[in-house]
Amino acid sequence: MQDKVDVLIIGSGASGAAVAWSLAETKMRILCLEQGDWMKPTDYPSNGRDWEARLFSDFAISPNRRARETDYPINDANSPIKVVNFNGVGGSTIMYTAHYPRLHPSDFKVKTLDGVADDWPVDYDTLDPFFAKNDRMMGVSGLAGDPAYPPHQPPMPPLPLGKSGQRFGKAMNQLGWHWWPSDATIATTDYEGRARCINLGHCTPGCAQGAKASTDITYWPLALRAGVELRTRCRVREITTDEHGMASGVIYYDAEGREHFQPAEVVIVACNGVGTPRLLLNSVSGKFPNGLANSSGLVGKNLMFHPYAYSFGYVDEPLDGNHGPPLCLWSQEFYETDDSRDFARGYTFQFSRGYGAILEAITSTAAGRLPWGEDHHRVYRQLLNHRIGLSAIIEDLPEEHNRVTLDPVLKDSNGIPAPRIDYTIGQNSRRMIEHALPNARRILEAAGARNIGTEVPILNGGWHLLGTARMGDDPERSVVNGWGRCHDVKNLFIVDGSIWVTAGAVNPTSTIQALALYIADSIKQRLANLFD
Amino acid sequence: MLNDTALSAAETRDLRAFAGMMIPPSAVYGVPGADDEAIFADIARNLGRDRDDVGAALKRLVALGGGAFADLPAGRRLEVADAFRGEGGPPLAAITRLILLCYYRDDRVMRSLGQEPRSPFPKGHTVEQGDWSLLDPVKQRKPFYRRIP
Repeated sequence: MQDKVDVLIIGSGASGAAVAWSLAETKMRILCLEQGDWMKPTDYPSNGRDWEARLFSDFAISPNRRARETDYPINDANSPIKVVNFNGVGGSTIMYTAHYPRLHPSDFKVKTLDGVADDWPVDYDTLDPFFAKNDRMMGVSGLAGDPAYPPHQPPMPPLPLGKSGQRFGKAMNQLGWHWWPSDATIATTDYEGRARCINLGHCTPGCAQGAKASTDITYWPLALRAGVELRTRCRVREITTDEHGMASGVIYYDAEGREHFQPAEVVIVACNGVGTPRLLLNSVSGKFPNGLANSSGLVGKNLMFHPYAYSFGYVDEPLDGNHGPPLCLWSQEFYETDDSRDFARGYTFQFSRGYGAILEAITSTAAGRLPWGEDHHRVYRQLLNHRIGLSAIIEDLPEEHNRVTLDPVLKDSNGIPAPRIDYTIGQNSRRMIEHALPNARRILEAAGARNIGTEVPILNGGWHLLGTARMGDDPERSVVNGWGRCHDVKNLFIVDGSIWVTAGAVNPTSTIQALALYIADSIKQRLANLFD
Repeated sequence: MLNDTALSAAETRDLRAFAGMMIPPSAVYGVPGADDEAIFADIARNLGRDRDDVGAALKRLVALGGGAFADLPAGRRLEVADAFRGEGGPPLAAITRLILLCYYRDDRVMRSLGQEPRSPFPKGHTVEQGDWSLLDPVKQRKPFYRRIP
């Protein structure tokens, strides 16, 4: 048996790293267990000539395709959107686009404002200082003054517009619609030991330059220096409880498959919206027969992705292709609820640059745009580096039938039951997609694009895993309270995207981390009576 | 699962014929076909996790053609390939992906496309800043996020 720790964090990704760093100042003994490995910048695909091919193998965004020893399988056959994630120190921040918008103030009050779903037990103003702190820690580039947001000041200047961004900017001005350079966790100047972006290209599968912020190079070095212990290749099977119904620790497997028990005073779960419900549902005992912290029956329910409606076209002049971070602009013209529409809430447009040579060839072949035979070369030269695209990020509303459960058959390499996803796109989301697609076409046409196509939803687009252990004041309608503590188990906290009440319509990492810092702060404020 | 090993000689011959049919050489653009010796060697080395699906694709081509794909006359190969393409599915996706991801990293092909045949790191690329005055009309807009009462 291992020595008892004060705080045990499960997962070292976006939220786990932020919580670990924040709690380190308490001088408590803090341990984080991570099922993956440390990543080496020299291993990232952009170091080699086969960089694009590796997006289909060991750096595939789908864990089922990637199938590293450190991944767990996910049965997502019954979902039109497949889960994407990464398992390693830094979690899915290793493999994200670094697009970094915040939720809007209205996102926390959807019931009050629009009569749908539920309000959050926290609001934007409460999180605002934690957003700012997190922006400094992760290193955000962007431009102050966006009229779509309350004022905030990114610490670095924005990513370059490039040819693609300028073309979209002109198109949006022509239409009179909002656009703005994205907040991104990509260093545009040398920043806190990180070198500036040199436009390696598709930076989703890790940044060899270290310009993209992943928590292994932002929060973790500081947390480790402050005394937090991070133990890799430790896959947690279940959270254990004592006779009082309090969390007593976890059982995990090390890299050799040996079983260990790690006792802890406090357990914090940071495993994302699929991994967290999986762990809670696997933590069954006599006192918790339906899974831990699940008296509401809501663990695993209300899974929200953001369905992505991608539209693209081809222009006459060569653009940026795969050079530069893939995303550079957003539009929130259609973000807030408009009563004249037939849906509640709204969507963001995010604008993207082009594809690399292989990705263009593969996607265009699959879509039937790129012929086989003699004409292949001529057509391909009209496609490569001529693509511009944009995606509508659709706000999914919580629906209980969209859920994560345990697969009765599928197991990971340690024999732990794997998650199963059952998900359908709701009517409100469908209407939103129907609204977004003609607007995307108008933008593309204004940008001079032809051969316009769509991918709806993006199949491997389940980046954002939200809602499966929601926050709330009512223990019958939520899993954790307004500061992340489980209603049922008073020394068990959840800090990842699973506690989201609604999804908003933006990439969630910024808000996930701000929320994690807020929860850590709440814990620190209450240390004397944390379990009351 | 079929097996973990390389393709049989007959499968290899069919795959090479299929690759050459899919992307033939072009004198106009000065590029080899996907059945070029070096490119095909790359293809054959990189079956990896797609080996089973590629094997299934080759089997299907044989079934559709009534015999070895490589032995079919050129016109018939195209007919069979079109029928196979019409069916879709994971085997089709796997065999085309394998061919394309090896073809579009060949130095000769990359140069013909005006691309430098190198890894992105450490040299990186240049992306122009662009004209930031394009944002002026947006900057003049009043804040329009919803205020919370």
